[in-house]
Amino acid sequence: MQRINYIAGIVIITAFVFAGIFGPFMPGVSGEQPSIENQLRPPSGEAFFGYDESGYNLFHRIIAGARIALVVGLFTTLISAFTGSLIGAVSGYFGGITDEIIMRIVDILMSFPGILLSISIIAVTQNPSYAMIIFALSITSWVPYARLVRSQTLSLVNRDFVVAARAMGAGDFYIIRRHILPNCFNSIIVQATFGVAAAIIAESALSFLGIGPQDSSSWGALIDSGTQYLLIRWHLAFFPGLFLFITVMGMNMFGDGLRDKLDPRLKM
Amino acid sequence: MRDYILRKIFISFLTVLGAVSLVFFIIHMIPGDPVENMLGEQALSVDKERIREALGLNRPLIEQYLVFLKNAAKGDLGESLYRKGTKVSELIAERFPNTFILAVSAMLVAISVSLIAGILSAIRRGTITDSLIMALSGFGISVPAFFLGPLLLLVFCRYLKWLPPPASAEGILSLVLPSVTLGFALAAFLSRLIRSQMLEVLSEDYIRTAYAKGLSKRVVILKHALSNILVVVITIAGMQFGSLLTGAIITERVFAWQGIGTLLIEAITKRDYPVVQGTIILVSFMYVVINLLTDIFYAVIDPRIRYAKD
Repeated sequence: MQRINYIAGIVIITAFVFAGIFGPFMPGVSGEQPSIENQLRPPSGEAFFGYDESGYNLFHRIIAGARIALVVGLFTTLISAFTGSLIGAVSGYFGGITDEIIMRIVDILMSFPGILLSISIIAVTQNPSYAMIIFALSITSWVPYARLVRSQTLSLVNRDFVVAARAMGAGDFYIIRRHILPNCFNSIIVQATFGVAAAIIAESALSFLGIGPQDSSSWGALIDSGTQYLLIRWHLAFFPGLFLFITVMGMNMFGDGLRDKLDPRLKM
Repeated sequence: MRDYILRKIFISFLTVLGAVSLVFFIIHMIPGDPVENMLGEQALSVDKERIREALGLNRPLIEQYLVFLKNAAKGDLGESLYRKGTKVSELIAERFPNTFILAVSAMLVAISVSLIAGILSAIRRGTITDSLIMALSGFGISVPAFFLGPLLLLVFCRYLKWLPPPASAEGILSLVLPSVTLGFALAAFLSRLIRSQMLEVLSEDYIRTAYAKGLSKRVVILKHALSNILVVVITIAGMQFGSLLTGAIITERVFAWQGIGTLLIEAITKRDYPVVQGTIILVSFMYVVINLLTDIFYAVIDPRIRYAKD
């Protein structure tokens, strides 16, 4: 069962990444002209997912949305995993007052609902770009990485190879870079898989609330506009939601499998 | 005990102060001129200056911050830019009860559903009922509310027609789908918790003793087992109340529920910064206070917690 989930996860992620990278080059996905007679047309043999309210093929918009999800999910995770791990390693390695200050900041961010912070950052930008969304999401999502790496660093600092490196005159940041962080790598990767899924949901949530970039094909934005037509057309909100749900499920299944493989200690 | 509570209160105070400052500085430091956003780029510079003067935006940031903190401590969150003369606190007071009702009923849904589902899957462990409940809770944990809401609307309002569409629903009927949407993820999470707690308790000696006394299965499960896990369940549910308040922002948009979440989104679209700032600060404040109260409650009823943390 575990193995089936893991493989299903890999298949889903591959399809998603493929759609995210090559989707926009598919005929019709970019530069398609909307047609008035197709507005709100329900699914049929010719367009399996029907048409949206402006007459675009809904499937094409969903594929365009995959790229948004991929870019936001990936960059948010890269940024937050990088900064979070570095902060966590510094905090655990130096200890003392540095650790105390960093951990209080972590406490504050943890006891503060992350989505509100992202909302307040985006709220003040006139026409938010995806870069802005990535920034707004990274502000809070580095925290789990910092906690993870800090706790592992605490158990690594007194290990023989670290002491030996220090005795040979290696500098602090050299030790963090070459000895501490590589040893945390597996757990960071596992955390990052769940991080991508969480970032995709968060991006969709912001777009759903209507505070993301305008005229976006983000899955959240598609669900939002689809909800307005829900009682006359079911497909508008349903399909984007389904794609979002499957993608996120796939990532979580993959992450569970990866955790068992790479980092059995984290197994719950 | 007293030390533990005092320390908790102190940390929460720091968190609230940190959160308030963070929100204030984010809103005031992001590039872009709020006055220009309000009036449009073509506005006369005299007008801009006048508004800036009126809002205190021409004073140094640190001074604005101190004035803001002083007022916020008195419960004064400023005035709406859009509805002149209306206090932000009045707007919030008008909408907050709706959000509160929604969150409370979502909590009731979550607790009652998860008690039934969790106990059922624990006593039917390994059967098809158990697998079904666990599969459903797996779905519940990962489905985002902004997909679940539309799904429920489709099924119950459009196809089964059991409920009126949200626009024409009234009274308790209008509350059903929003509270299920908001409470579903929590119900899913709590069912798993109750199931595992129940399984653990059911293997204890005193349960065997109760059976040996000849008590019926119903009495053993509901009185002996359930009363022992209830404390943990209620506390963990309480800790989630804060996230129901923030989750309500999304659920409210699905059902056009007139709560604090829709107020926030309206304010963002109208660029009504004092309202944005006020709502975010209020929700975070509630979130922190609720977590503080559950922490204290937990420590009071379960001495292991306070000793472990001391």
